[in-house]
Amino acid sequence: MSERLADWTKGEQAVIYQTCTACGHVQYFRRAFCAACGASDSREQRASGKGRVYATSLVCRAATPETRAHVPYNILLVDCAEGFRMMAHGENDLAIGDEVSASFKRFAGKLVPFFAKDG
Amino acid sequence: MSFITGVGLTPFGKHEGSSSLDLMSRAAQAALDDAGLERADIDGILCGYSTVSPHIMLATVFAEHFGIRPSYAHAVQVGGATGLAMTMLAHHLVEAAVARNVLVVAGENRLTGQSRDASIQALAQVGHPDYEVPLGPTIPAYYGLVANRYMHEYGVTEEDLAEFAVLMRAHACTHPGAQFRDSITVGDVMASKPVAMPLKLLDCCPVSDGGAAFVISRERTGEAGVRIRGCAQAHTHQHVTAAPALSELGAEISVARAREATGLAISHVRYAAIYDSFTITLAMLLEDLGLAGRGEAAARVRAGHFSRDGAMPLNTHGGLLSYGHCGVGGAMAHLVETHLQMTGRAANRQVRDASIALLHGDGGVLSSHVSMFLERVR
Repeated sequence: MSERLADWTKGEQAVIYQTCTACGHVQYFRRAFCAACGASDSREQRASGKGRVYATSLVCRAATPETRAHVPYNILLVDCAEGFRMMAHGENDLAIGDEVSASFKRFAGKLVPFFAKDG
Repeated sequence: MSFITGVGLTPFGKHEGSSSLDLMSRAAQAALDDAGLERADIDGILCGYSTVSPHIMLATVFAEHFGIRPSYAHAVQVGGATGLAMTMLAHHLVEAAVARNVLVVAGENRLTGQSRDASIQALAQVGHPDYEVPLGPTIPAYYGLVANRYMHEYGVTEEDLAEFAVLMRAHACTHPGAQFRDSITVGDVMASKPVAMPLKLLDCCPVSDGGAAFVISRERTGEAGVRIRGCAQAHTHQHVTAAPALSELGAEISVARAREATGLAISHVRYAAIYDSFTITLAMLLEDLGLAGRGEAAARVRAGHFSRDGAMPLNTHGGLLSYGHCGVGGAMAHLVETHLQMTGRAANRQVRDASIALLHGDGGVLSSHVSMFLERVR
């Protein structure tokens, strides 16, 4: 297996995904193996940050003091160009089907991916 | 063969000063009394979990507290599907002669035992700890994402979803144990505070204290018998990020397996008890299960189809949305109400014919599904 690349969950401004060198399966949640075929030689790569909005939910009621400071914030599911889906934040007026690109923002003390509409 | 020989349910809402064990005990005693059984008759115990009082061995904690020394006992955790998953397991344990009478019990002082924020925070942890939870989602947000997509694909509106909240409230108004008994309108739902769009406060079930229990037995103990005809599960994912397409969710798979196991069709069903954590949950499950066409469930609500006197009475106690949601016991109230309907004991809520019922539970974010058919036998 290739060396682990740091991503936003580790505080780096990057979205990382894995491609199985045996079966070609693409996965976003990092594992030491391919969840489709079990092979242990997945390749880690940095994603382009390009994608399309699959779903949105504007959170208006948060559960912790840290997150409450940010309401309303828009939670997205984004279908990324490389073939995986991820959860992220984004502009409040995004709609399903919008073409978007990722940047990164601070949220409740951590770095999170934030998508904005292209063009 | 297995029978549901007794049911017990507390009112839901505030039970100030009651612990999870208190609420479990109250429901368990009611279920034993209903079945006409003594503690010594119970040889199996399955229990849910309590977010207020987590314990690695809750079933034996309860067994000791309640005064039973079972030959089989453990807890089960499948989120909102736990109640029906326990019932399914009890059915198989009884059929396999592992136990004769299995007590299935859950209860939690989720409303008064911790802050509402603590409840919301605890439940949000069903999200992925690295890839979802840092984004500050809540359970309503996970379901809000699903709702947004479902509405987009099938042309469902926020007003459509509101119909389910109005229906559940109308049913709760006829049950003295329901947490919310003031009738509401579609306008009230639309005007309620935004929580995680498109879901507003009245699209969401409340947090409640309460308990529920049943006894699953090899032999009938009463006049009217309620038999578990068959059941099945499906688990497609845990996290909403990893959920399959809307057309491939687990409810369709589990109900197809349950239909195959029982030889029953949706056209045989006379009463429906369907998980309703949010209005979108109920709308989607009704359509996934085949109780309404795609995008058509709301129209059926408006036409009275799911009302007490309609063709397919649904959650006549008011569901999670209005009877209340105390965790595992929340969805067990659906089965208790179904049992009362099937045995002709639902008083002013009694439907004409509940001879065959379909129950469905959902855990996580449409992650875990249990479908079950019950049949009245005389």
